[in-house]
Amino acid sequence: MIASLPPGLLLIVAALAIPVLPDAARRAWTVVVPAAGLWALIALEPGNYLAFAWFGAEFQPVRVDKLSLVFGYIFHIAAIIAAIYALHVRDSVQHMAGMVYAGSGIGAVFAGDLVTLFVYWEAMAVASVFLVWARGGEAAYRSGMRYLIVQIASGVLLLSGAILQAEQTGSIAFDRMDLGNLATWLIFLAFGIKCAFPFLHNWLQDAYPEATVTGTVFLSAFTTKAAVYALARGFPGTEMLIYVGAAMTAFPIFYAVIENDLRRVLAYSLNNQLGFMVVGVGIGTPMALNGAAGHAFAHILYKALLFMSMGAVLYRVGTIKGSELGGLYKSMPLTTVFCIVGAASISAFPLFSGFIAKALTLSAVAYEGYVVVWLILMFASAGVFHHSGIKIPYFAFFAHDSGKRCKEAPLNMLVAMGIAAFLCIALGVWSPALYGILPYDLDYEPYTPTHVIGQLQLLMFSALAFAVLIRYRIYPPELKSTNLDFDWVYRKGVPALIARCWPALWAAWQGLLGAFQGGLRQGIDAVIRLAGPEGTLARTWPLGSTTLWVAVLLGGFLLIYYL
Amino acid sequence: MADDKRPEGEREYWLDRPGSVTKVFWAVVGVCAALGLLDFFYHKHAELGFDGSFGFQGWYGFVCCVFLVLAAKELRKFLKRDEDYYDR
Repeated sequence: MIASLPPGLLLIVAALAIPVLPDAARRAWTVVVPAAGLWALIALEPGNYLAFAWFGAEFQPVRVDKLSLVFGYIFHIAAIIAAIYALHVRDSVQHMAGMVYAGSGIGAVFAGDLVTLFVYWEAMAVASVFLVWARGGEAAYRSGMRYLIVQIASGVLLLSGAILQAEQTGSIAFDRMDLGNLATWLIFLAFGIKCAFPFLHNWLQDAYPEATVTGTVFLSAFTTKAAVYALARGFPGTEMLIYVGAAMTAFPIFYAVIENDLRRVLAYSLNNQLGFMVVGVGIGTPMALNGAAGHAFAHILYKALLFMSMGAVLYRVGTIKGSELGGLYKSMPLTTVFCIVGAASISAFPLFSGFIAKALTLSAVAYEGYVVVWLILMFASAGVFHHSGIKIPYFAFFAHDSGKRCKEAPLNMLVAMGIAAFLCIALGVWSPALYGILPYDLDYEPYTPTHVIGQLQLLMFSALAFAVLIRYRIYPPELKSTNLDFDWVYRKGVPALIARCWPALWAAWQGLLGAFQGGLRQGIDAVIRLAGPEGTLARTWPLGSTTLWVAVLLGGFLLIYYL
Repeated sequence: MADDKRPEGEREYWLDRPGSVTKVFWAVVGVCAALGLLDFFYHKHAELGFDGSFGFQGWYGFVCCVFLVLAAKELRKFLKRDEDYYDR
């Protein structure tokens, strides 16, 4: 029966049962449902399902092809891992939000038309914000509100674009589009917001570190990768994306170096990773699109693993600030190992998943001759290793001993991290497992001496740079701080500008109001003078003078008659 | 390290011992030297040309990371605010 439900919708419908299930059943439910969804998806043949026409538009709620399947598989796997990681949570709202959010993400990548995409797009936004709000407190509430506004704005742009597109082309099908009219630009912008393009990115670094320990693991998987999928589906080969993506790989890593909240460091690093995928979509060759999809697949696993390890630290220690941590390898040895596996994967060490995925994009960029972009991506690769590969494990688990002692992470968290770590290594060791499900046929060998030794040189010399800078105390210490980013504009800049201009605006308004009131008063006075009790028009005329004037008129009439 | 706050009497790990961190440092230097020398022993299949030059990935990675950290350190002068900056 479950197999007949569209992918994603199964999770959304099943989530409705969570509040009424007893505790033990609910725990099992959150893991079994996405597992059943994955099983149903594996059995699903490519094709269009459940298509129908409504108000003259052709709806395709379920389009299954190789591109959507890559994302469908990994979204289910991420939902299973995140659910295991959240098994200890006793908050039904979070469980429901997590499952509806995962279901909406899955639904979005199988949407064959723009309206269906829009529905899942907004469902993702609404469900996921509860994972931020569930943290409780003023900061999470405000951050969630900003997140929701941005996400809903993306949906509104998508719907506006879809309506215009339907008006112009007569079709709501979600296929390859060209940037050239307002409709496609609106859709492109909607995708760009969720993909955290530069200047549209701050919702990510703002909200993800404010979410609950388990919520961030869900958040890291779906929204941004659904956007990567949407770009790969709608705008492959759009050259602008190459430069947008290159910028995304480079600028967040500077922030990652000086950020103190280690989950925010990971959020900046997530932004950097999206850049690699966006470059792949922009290049648009089969190999580059394979790179983008493969990178998304591998990335979801290791990024979730890193967020899980930092979440475990936050859960046990109560803080995730680099300035207050250190030496935790003694208390949390398994979490440390899992974190290092995630760090090695995101850094693209040979034998880890990041290596076989990123190699595709880098080679595709080189084959197409984008030398400067390639150099930026290499810089970003070294930077990723620097802040995600070294900084995260170093400041949390090593560095100086903070004196903090705690218990190892709960068993369910360790199991979830263990599964993710196993998959990171398995994909890295056995690349055909990933290459075999990519959207286009691929003949590529990542493990050549040139690739392996070149990558090891890049990484080890980056490690050497870190070691030198730490040893000679040049490396900037972790400091309690907030670093200004583009969100300053709408969190401080515009409100401050309004506050600054308010007295002048108020005075101008008062002046305008005064002038209007004065004019009105003068007008009323004039009317009163003319028609008021003492006014000219209201004067009574004595009978005598009336008779005189009648006599004058009659005399005048006679005179004119005789003339 | 000097600012360690290891409780008295707790088990001493290898990394706690004086000199261990120095050993790690020189191990990294050794691995880098070995990887650099490896370039003599195989033929590089360069994809862009210059990336096949001797030790390119090595020195590029080193320079990039030093630049990244020093630039980020300078950026702090412009970007760093108090932790409660947005709450005020």
